[in-house]
Amino acid sequence: MTQVLPSVSLQINGQPCTVAADATVLQAIRSAGLHVPTLCHLDGLTPVGACRLCLVALEGHPKLEPACVTTVAEGMVVHTHTPELEGYRRMAVELFFAEGNHVCAFCVANGACELQDVAVEVGMDHSRFPYQYPHRHVDASHALFGLDHHRCILCTRCVRMCDEIEGAHVWDVGYRGSACSIIAGLDQPWGEVEACTSCGKCVDACPTGALFRKQDATAEKQPHPERAQQLAAARTDHRWRNQ
Amino acid sequence: MKAAISWRCCDATSCRAAGAAALRQRLVAQHGVERVKSVGCLRLCGQGPLAAADHEDGRVELFGGVAAERQLDPEHPFFTLQRSVVLERCGLVDPGCLDDALAQGAYTALAACRQLAPKAVVEELERSGLRGRGGAGYPTGRKWQLVAAQPGSSKVVVCNADEGDPGAFMDRAVLEGDPHRLLEGMAIAAHAVGASEGFIYVRAEYPLAIERLRRAIAAAETRGVLAGFAIQLRIGAGAYVCGEETALLHSIEGGRGTPRPRPPYPAVSGLWGLPTLINNVETFAAVPAILRQGGAWYGAMGTATSKGTKVFALSGAITHTGLIEVEMGTSLRTIVETMGGGVPANPNGSLGVVKAVQTGGPSGGCVPAALLDTPVDYESLQALGSIMGSGGMVVIDESLAMPELARYFMGFCAAESCGKCLPCRAGTVQLEQLLDRFVERRATGADLVQLEQLCGMVKATSLCGLGQSAPNPVLSTLRFFRAEYEAAIAGAAP
Amino acid sequence: MTTPQVPPPKLRFATVWLAGCSGCHMSFLDLDEWLFELAAAVEIVYSPVASDIKVFPEGVDLCLVEGAVANADNLELALQLRARSKVVVSFGDCAVSANVPGLRNLWAGVAGGSRQSVLERGYVELADRGAQHPHAPGIVPELLERVLPLHEVIAVDHFLPGCPPSAERIRAFLEALLRGEPPPEGQAMLSFG
Ligand SMILES: Cc1cc2nc3c(=O)[nH]c(=O)nc-3n(C[C@H](O)[C@H](O)[C@H](O)COP(=O)(O)O)c2cc1C
Ligand code: SF4
Ligand code: SF4
Ligand code: SF4
Ligand code: SF4
Ligand code: FES
Repeated sequence: MTQVLPSVSLQINGQPCTVAADATVLQAIRSAGLHVPTLCHLDGLTPVGACRLCLVALEGHPKLEPACVTTVAEGMVVHTHTPELEGYRRMAVELFFAEGNHVCAFCVANGACELQDVAVEVGMDHSRFPYQYPHRHVDASHALFGLDHHRCILCTRCVRMCDEIEGAHVWDVGYRGSACSIIAGLDQPWGEVEACTSCGKCVDACPTGALFRKQDATAEKQPHPERAQQLAAARTDHRWRNQ
Repeated sequence: MKAAISWRCCDATSCRAAGAAALRQRLVAQHGVERVKSVGCLRLCGQGPLAAADHEDGRVELFGGVAAERQLDPEHPFFTLQRSVVLERCGLVDPGCLDDALAQGAYTALAACRQLAPKAVVEELERSGLRGRGGAGYPTGRKWQLVAAQPGSSKVVVCNADEGDPGAFMDRAVLEGDPHRLLEGMAIAAHAVGASEGFIYVRAEYPLAIERLRRAIAAAETRGVLAGFAIQLRIGAGAYVCGEETALLHSIEGGRGTPRPRPPYPAVSGLWGLPTLINNVETFAAVPAILRQGGAWYGAMGTATSKGTKVFALSGAITHTGLIEVEMGTSLRTIVETMGGGVPANPNGSLGVVKAVQTGGPSGGCVPAALLDTPVDYESLQALGSIMGSGGMVVIDESLAMPELARYFMGFCAAESCGKCLPCRAGTVQLEQLLDRFVERRATGADLVQLEQLCGMVKATSLCGLGQSAPNPVLSTLRFFRAEYEAAIAGAAP
Repeated sequence: MTTPQVPPPKLRFATVWLAGCSGCHMSFLDLDEWLFELAAAVEIVYSPVASDIKVFPEGVDLCLVEGAVANADNLELALQLRARSKVVVSFGDCAVSANVPGLRNLWAGVAGGSRQSVLERGYVELADRGAQHPHAPGIVPELLERVLPLHEVIAVDHFLPGCPPSAERIRAFLEALLRGEPPPEGQAMLSFG
């Protein structure tokens, strides 16, 4: 007899929903047709719970928990948009803008940027926190792609994409605190890292204008966040063309 | 004066820095090398280098200074109100000599507990009511029980010796003064939870502790006292956040020391995915005494929810700086005024006044002088917006403005943030800049509102304890010293 | 007996151009024929595109401010317009975030500072000939060391981001204010870049 996958019932914003017992709260939210903003999460990659945008309130639980890494439980009562959460999210988005150098007017991702999208979603019309203007640089050493650190939000989607899907592990995080940056190889120019296969998956995964194709000019980036999930599924389900 | 039969000369970091080598040389020249023993911390660090003279009739004299020129009073409450459990051998035993440790009872509790079923050992711990001394105060017995209950035969015991709070040196004293005690505590834990492998993660800034541990591990293994339990040392690279348990485990694995969301807790999935028991140095160091004298004996000390004793590193604006071990529930007043001698007199002769006591380092808060009768236990301090923390206790006098203290700790957190999650990485930077405005007296009313809002956000949304508690020094000083922030608003009456 | 009908006083409207590229004003001009309606509804008392008045007047009801605060003149005008206006709107990304003019802040705190670095680059390094720093006290305003968004200099009542905000959004925004209603909020009113 085949084992029936156990499922659990929970309530999200007053709406009942039933999902597999090993689902995350984020999956449950989405399966209920609801939404919570995310940035570091990308379907197909290991979740890390770093951007904190997907935090939700769980009744009877003292702390806010990130939906992307929290497993559902029977009877869980989830709230995705309390006034408290909305206030925190707006502050978070302001902090993202203030910690980097985001000049959307001439960004390759203008109009197709997940950070912009969440800024609009949370109603950020200005940042109450002063911009920090960190002195960062642009790595244009790769033949096909570039990395503009000014626009990097340290979501590590590129790191995980390259490591988990492409298997090349070109990227890592270097330094700490506000000095953190994505590094290629052993903190080398990207173009010098021999492990890079030039597959472009990291560019596809990047939610902002940080990673880009060199042929793209302002507002021309076409992100492909769905590719991580497609490739991960293809691998687990052995969905290859030659079958 | 009858000559002492032997001398104990402190050879721990603070006394070394104060000239312990010269003092020892002098004592050796006077009394002969066989009558001078190197020991760990003798407690009153501020008067170091320290040496104790033991007399035939049991009398002990204490001296400070490179020429032992200051006679100190061992009957001062600083010493008499101490209750040495974790530190029972520290200052008596030669930390470099296994024979001396064995002669003073090291490893007897381990030998005895090997005769017990692991379950019985865990039960003894539960009976003791011991709670983790690394800061969070999680019940140790329950943690051991959790790890013991995990399936599989490969489990790991890890000791967190990354002590990084500014003003904290309790663990260092144990490591430098009685390293075998830690090894014994870990070996008992290994027996209780079914682990055969152990790691000690020590910060690189503790070279003497590392050296003593190396020697102790080598000696214990050569002599076979650990009975197959293998302990390895791992040296941190200077990141405060590596004291957070999941970051510490990543670091041991060779990865970047960044925390990860829990669950899973290390007890379920820790080092290389194995069930892992991770405890603080002082936690492990309390274990041999508990098993030797029984959980009930230990549980009889302290308060209803905070049992046993706690080691504190007493520093700041205080007459007697040093290391104390007291029963839980002792009042802050007893510690600061009676034992510590209060704030030293000002240079102009006026009386020094305690303004507040800072506990818990960058994760803690300030208890104002008016509340000095607060007993030190986990709940009482938490109710005041501070925490027990790992044991740093810094006395603050009137010369320090609270926004400045808050800024210091915020700067510490901003510099030590691992950068993984946004609220801590970017929020601490903004908070430090906001606090600058208060320190420089150019803040606005809106800054005060923003300060509180952002503190709330960073606290509620950060991934690990570092960010979650980084606002505590601000919130606690706002709670008790709000007027100082209001006075720093530009245009406010001075 | 009927009281004689006194037409309500027209709303006194101003637009100000600080450190911006004038693109927000161009977008405003893209309102084309609606500008006639606006002109009928308000009295334009100060504007680089619709008025010759050189001094910011007293008693302004509504003021749209394009651009960041980048030099001494910007700073002076910002303080003045705040003191003389009821409602101040940060108009466009440069006012809202300092945007492109703010990029020289990257060199604030770096060797030489932002003022020196940007002048050096613009007037010396990139000069074909006759390289020299502009110097005309009283005529060319001094640059501030940091370019600031408007709300870091004065209190701002509303924000209308965009580089530039589209003509439709400017219109929706002004129509609401002219009706005496709060400006529309929500996602349709927000864009960056
Ligand atoms: C930022 C941060 C730093 C920490 N540093 C230490 C430390 O230096 N030593 C320590 O024992 N625990 C430290 N902890 C607590 C550990 O994560 C963990 O709770 C503790 O080692 C568990 O041992 P215990 O139960 O014996 O206290 C730290 C926690 C955080 C969040
Ligand atoms: S990355 Fe996004 S938010 Fe940043 S400048 Fe580009 S479009 Fe704007
Ligand atoms: S292009 Fe491919 S291999 Fe190269 S860094 Fe990006 S994901 Fe990795
Ligand atoms: S480069 Fe892009 S994908 Fe990588 S961390 Fe930065 S923002 Fe995220
Ligand atoms: S709270 Fe700070 S230290 Fe902890 S994970 Fe986040 S950035 Fe790192
Ligand atoms: S999406 Fe969950 S923390 Fe970033």
